[in-house]
Amino acid sequence: METAVINLASALADDLDTAFPDLVRSRQNQIFGGVMRIVRHHADAADITQETFIRAYRALAGYDNARIEALKLDGWLWTIAINLCRNSARRKNPVPSQLPDQASLEPGPESAAIASAEAATWDTRLARLTATQRSAVVLRHVVGLSYDEISQATGRPAGTVKADVHRGIARLRRILEAEATQ
Amino acid sequence: MSDPIERDLEDLNTAAPAWVFENIMVGTGLWDEYAVVDGPIEPMYVAWNPRGITTCIPVSVVGSDDAFEESHPRPARPAGHVPAALDRKLARALATGRLGNLPIDLSALGSFQRAVLEKCAEIPPGEIRPYGWIAAAIGNPGAVRAVGTALGRNPVPILIPCHRVVRTDGRIGNYAYGTGMKRELLEAEGLDVTEIEETAGRNVRFVGSETTGVYCYPTCRHGRRISERNRLEFRSADEAERLGYRGCKVCRPIAA
Repeated sequence: METAVINLASALADDLDTAFPDLVRSRQNQIFGGVMRIVRHHADAADITQETFIRAYRALAGYDNARIEALKLDGWLWTIAINLCRNSARRKNPVPSQLPDQASLEPGPESAAIASAEAATWDTRLARLTATQRSAVVLRHVVGLSYDEISQATGRPAGTVKADVHRGIARLRRILEAEATQ
Repeated sequence: MSDPIERDLEDLNTAAPAWVFENIMVGTGLWDEYAVVDGPIEPMYVAWNPRGITTCIPVSVVGSDDAFEESHPRPARPAGHVPAALDRKLARALATGRLGNLPIDLSALGSFQRAVLEKCAEIPPGEIRPYGWIAAAIGNPGAVRAVGTALGRNPVPILIPCHRVVRTDGRIGNYAYGTGMKRELLEAEGLDVTEIEETAGRNVRFVGSETTGVYCYPTCRHGRRISERNRLEFRSADEAERLGYRGCKVCRPIAA
């Protein structure tokens, strides 16, 4: 995994236009999947995913080779994505939705519908975390970033990020316990 | 790590819709989009990216969307129509025969071909210049054949008017999509191609005005304003210069 990341960064430095589609293919699902849980709106998540990569491309086009090769791609991409999530939230000032977004309920097999309903339930639970905790929990456990990468993406110290994740998980545990006793 | 909450959270990762990838490729300009628009004599495929128009080609030359995508040097996605802002500039360029503020993306081309095409774009509608004029104007007077090759591979014909570039002897010459189409395009701009060929047949390269002492290419707007009785015909720039005439500052004649 680590060598693949280093190779992709070198490939981007070597020939941006050829390697960039590989960057998108290898990262678009984790960016979309994470952003979807943070903004909880299918069309917004798709827009933010697109904008993340388009901005990444423009930035890479202006970087010299050494700078591209030194990039920690996941943390760097998420720095852009998290910023766009924040801007989107600020623009809309949304009320946490209790219902799944219609666009996310695309017609599909029954298993997909169940998965979608399950995701909607989790979105409602995640909506009860603070924005900071929610991003930290999503980046750590949905996306699978390391604390260092989350620190890079959010601009918060790694120790603080770790505490955000633990508090978020503890809060989710209490929410689940409350659901179980109802 | 067997915490059920953490396991459930891992399962929440959903894949991006398929069109997200395409939108990113289009948004970065790695892929082009294309649509069919009306051209001066027939419909044309036009492709573009965020930097500008990359391709323009008559539909009759290509045949179908599949064939267009196949022949396009980069992946291209059908867009249905040209985005409004670009479409306005494109419509104006087609109506006036000049690029104006229409952005053209020639970044995929080499510097020589770019220089040839940029110079070619300066030729006004309704006027023609020989290949050697472009070669001289880009500081490479010996590269007449290379200019012809560069124009023959013009990715945006009609918009960059390679049909306005003709043989040194003044005859219309070849065109990537046939001499017939070149003739049609020039006539659509108000040129009398039969008369041009007839003038070329009499070995007339330039016309001069006795009143101003200036000589021009026959289709230069200043050359065409010369009245019949003040109008002189020259077989070469040397002949005109020998008789004390100077080259027009607009069409800038060169010695053939």
